[in-house]
Amino acid sequence: MSPDYRPPQVPPVDQVGVEERAAKFAARSIKRESKVSGLERIVSMIDLTTLEGNDTPGKVRMLCRKARRPLGERDCPSVAAICVYPSMVPVAREALEGTDIHIASVASYFPSGQASLDERTDDIEDAVSAGADEIDIVINRGAFLSGDYERVHDEIVAFKKAAGDAHLKVILETGELETFDNVRLASQIAIEAGADFIKTSTGKIKPAATMPVVLVMLQTIRDHYLKTGERIGMKPAGGIRTAKGALKYLAMVKETVGDPWLSPDLFRFGASSLLNDVLMQLEKQRTGRYHSERYLSIS
Amino acid sequence: MNDIPKPREQLFGDLWEYSTAPQGSEFVQYRDEYGHFIDGEFVDSEEWFDSTNPATEETLARFGVAGEETVDEAVSAARRAFEGPWGSMAASERAKYIFRIGRMIKEKAREFAVLETMDGGKPIRESRDVDIPLVAAHFFHYAGWADKLEYAFPGVDDPEPVGVCGQVIPWNFPLLMLAWKVAPALACGNTVVLKPAETTPLTAMKFAELLQEAGLPDGVVNFVNGAGDTGSTLVGHPDVDKVAFTGSTEVGKIIQKTVAGTDTKLTLELGGKGSNIVFEDAAIDQAIEGIVDGIFFNQGHVCCAGSRLLVEESIHDEVVSKLRHRMSTLRVGDPLDKNTDVGAINSEQQLDKITRLVGVGQDEGCDIHQIDCDLPETGYYFRPTIFTGVTPSHRIAQEEIFGPVLSVMTFRTPSEAVEKANNTPYGLACGIWSDKGSKLFDVAGRLDCGVVWGNTYNQFDPASPFGGYKESGFGREGGRQGLLDYMKHS
Amino acid sequence: MASTSDRLSVYKTYKLYMDGGFPRTESGRHLKIQDDQGQFVANICHASRKDLRDAVVAAREALDGWSGRTAFNRGQILHRMAEMLEGRRADFIDMLTEQAGYDENDAVAEVNCAVDRLIWYAGWTDKFEQVFGSTNPVASKHFNFTLPEPTGVVTIFTPRNAPLLGFVSTVLPVILSGNTTIAVVDNPAPQVAMEFAEVLNNSDLPGGVINILTGVREELLVHAGGHKDIDGILSVGPDSEERETLGLEGADSVKRVEFLEGHDDWTSDEAQSPYRILPFVEFKTNWHPVGR
Repeated sequence: MSPDYRPPQVPPVDQVGVEERAAKFAARSIKRESKVSGLERIVSMIDLTTLEGNDTPGKVRMLCRKARRPLGERDCPSVAAICVYPSMVPVAREALEGTDIHIASVASYFPSGQASLDERTDDIEDAVSAGADEIDIVINRGAFLSGDYERVHDEIVAFKKAAGDAHLKVILETGELETFDNVRLASQIAIEAGADFIKTSTGKIKPAATMPVVLVMLQTIRDHYLKTGERIGMKPAGGIRTAKGALKYLAMVKETVGDPWLSPDLFRFGASSLLNDVLMQLEKQRTGRYHSERYLSIS
Repeated sequence: MNDIPKPREQLFGDLWEYSTAPQGSEFVQYRDEYGHFIDGEFVDSEEWFDSTNPATEETLARFGVAGEETVDEAVSAARRAFEGPWGSMAASERAKYIFRIGRMIKEKAREFAVLETMDGGKPIRESRDVDIPLVAAHFFHYAGWADKLEYAFPGVDDPEPVGVCGQVIPWNFPLLMLAWKVAPALACGNTVVLKPAETTPLTAMKFAELLQEAGLPDGVVNFVNGAGDTGSTLVGHPDVDKVAFTGSTEVGKIIQKTVAGTDTKLTLELGGKGSNIVFEDAAIDQAIEGIVDGIFFNQGHVCCAGSRLLVEESIHDEVVSKLRHRMSTLRVGDPLDKNTDVGAINSEQQLDKITRLVGVGQDEGCDIHQIDCDLPETGYYFRPTIFTGVTPSHRIAQEEIFGPVLSVMTFRTPSEAVEKANNTPYGLACGIWSDKGSKLFDVAGRLDCGVVWGNTYNQFDPASPFGGYKESGFGREGGRQGLLDYMKHS
Repeated sequence: MASTSDRLSVYKTYKLYMDGGFPRTESGRHLKIQDDQGQFVANICHASRKDLRDAVVAAREALDGWSGRTAFNRGQILHRMAEMLEGRRADFIDMLTEQAGYDENDAVAEVNCAVDRLIWYAGWTDKFEQVFGSTNPVASKHFNFTLPEPTGVVTIFTPRNAPLLGFVSTVLPVILSGNTTIAVVDNPAPQVAMEFAEVLNNSDLPGGVINILTGVREELLVHAGGHKDIDGILSVGPDSEERETLGLEGADSVKRVEFLEGHDDWTSDEAQSPYRILPFVEFKTNWHPVGR
């Protein structure tokens, strides 16, 4: 360990206060035009994800088709990205040819990260060379929880280097960090180590994204912006399944970090089933009738 | 010197603006006029006054003005009920009535919330999520005490109620203050004559209708409407055994003089000039929320508002900057919009007072910051405001403004923070923000005030006693201590 | 040696008790005390409003120290007061019989009860907070508790009867919580209270916690009621005029003004109660979040 490394100074976080604040965003009432425009914005922010052991090229192609035209022939934005394992990146690359949809890949021995640093950076380089332009990596939670913050930091620096021009999304796996103090510190370490986005979860651990944990991460992002002028993106992942829930996140983004983050460039939802619920709500807004999933293609 | 970073601003724009989200009010029902509620019946009045919706300046209904005769009838009805059905009722039956009231409030929760907002101007989000749930909870909590009073007064063989209670409440939390007064009084077996505030009598009248539905015996709870003269007549009535008042310190002193020399028991819950003390080691984002909640909750019409911000000098600039950013996301406007954070000022008179005191702050040379937002063209509104560069000798640091106006001061050490926080005749509530437990408990113990919120602010609960030190009054409302003044003991 | 009966007794000069010392009244005025036979007993101080003002200063200065003592320590000091009084029982019995018209039995009963009552209240110092305080089960993630704290500086207009026991019974429940007091003594034998001041002074009680003024009660009512640095007033056995005066004057600073009828027989069990602590405590409710 180098004697020079000092972990960043971050303010303490009070759990109860964070939860109370998050609950107030959840009480926002999003109606009419703001609901429609919010739902469309949410679609454009989705990293449509499949990260299963049984993923096949067929499953990924199905997802890519849905990503391009979420509502079939009807007018609807495409999603922000497809998020897959490195082995599926070539399939996605081909299926999304000619679109603006990004290809995100989880690398660094997702979800546990339990491998040598070389193996993990190789994993990232493979994904990038296969065509991924966004890389979602996991931090070393073991190192973090044992207090070796320097290692956490240095590994992210190495991941960033391996990712090259690809956008680096750093997964904290907040469900394993447990406290908001840990989340705040890990967020700051990740940002200082070069993260383009910070992301809550792999989706493999519960709890995954919650409004309070995302609030703490957004506040870290905000403070970093106020200090440096640099805008870091935010990606909650896992656990956001409903349009109503996603709109609450949008309200939290609007009122915590402000307008620049109301964009897929700086905010993403890592989700799969969320998309269809949002589409159903959009249809309801369009037709005035409550919709059914049977009329939507599966993803 | 070129390295000094430029201050950055957050951009809270209209890229994705919330549409209006009005709470419907078409389902609420109220009459064109309410006289008084005496002996289980609404009675006529000779004189009348209007109560208006401060958000629209429209008249909602007219209400009676009770003179001596009417007050006397109400007190007599309360006395008859005390000596009659209510006094002789088994405590467990009394409990069931009070539970019933709590449950029925819940049933009608949204109607009460909407009416509270229409009559008083507070955001529907608050009346819906704070006021009315607390009202129901208060009755529910005290109901259970009614048949367990011997456990509340250890060593007292047979605690007895004090008798007829004359109660006068303010306009900032109309139904909640009614609940704080009526629930413990009934639980202890007393009867009540209550005067609602003249700008917000509507929910008390709806509550009277609820009491009729609940079948509460006639005369147990009576309401007389009117302004200061009616209140004065009530508290000075010779057959009132106990007076409970919530309102300004100025009026509290007059009431204390009114009952001087009589046997009338008295509790007072009066004004405040609470401090929110923020230490360098605080959880800063939660502290900012606490500051905002402390002064802008209910437009600052809160006796325990954290109207003085005492911030450790080392973090003054950071706190003020974050506070300004946070304030710019406050949504000021139609109280019935579900997304409104700051609603209408309760009355034109109150708006004038706030405007005048803010003018004093500017005249005295304090730096003012107000949020930049459109205000509705009709109705009484005031922009959330902070003053920096304030010292303890400024008037805005001393006087209770009772509006969305915060005075920011600094301190260097915990002792200086305590000294400044205590440097007021008031002593209702303070907040402390620090991550260090031992410091927090030390400071909490040295503050002269009845409520200390450590790392939180403006929390209320029926189980939690509330009341003042010094000129913020005496007596407690809430919890077991809230029973003390409604029973005889020695 | 001369026989006892030939010996000229030494008169005792009674002063005020203030800030742990025995100053003369600044007024230089006195009141003559006679026994029930009309025989001269002593000259006592006729305290003025300036004496009251000085006593308030002493009480205010003593407040932080006294209220800052641990409850256990205050209990020990109250117990020490009982020990000192126990050692001087005979003196007080003599005073009551010779100077205050008591018969022997009543005098013994009053002095014994005064000692016992000191012991009884000594035991309350570290218990009343548990009996009257509370932890409160609020419906949110907060730890919430309520504790009684002393009101501050309290003036006590002590009973007009029972010069020892009446004093002890009304002053003790006020100071045991940490308040400091100015006790105004106006009864037929005020020198008993001043004698008791010597007990206090020998009992580790910090100076200024109990200050004693002898004089004419009516003269001090308005000044005590209106004094803004007095937080509370206990008036024992007031007439209606006194009630009104104190209520009106006290209202200007929202004073806690408590009236107590008093007792013909202060040895009665009804003359002691933990509820007599409550008029001069303030309940402070604390909220703290419970989280990680």
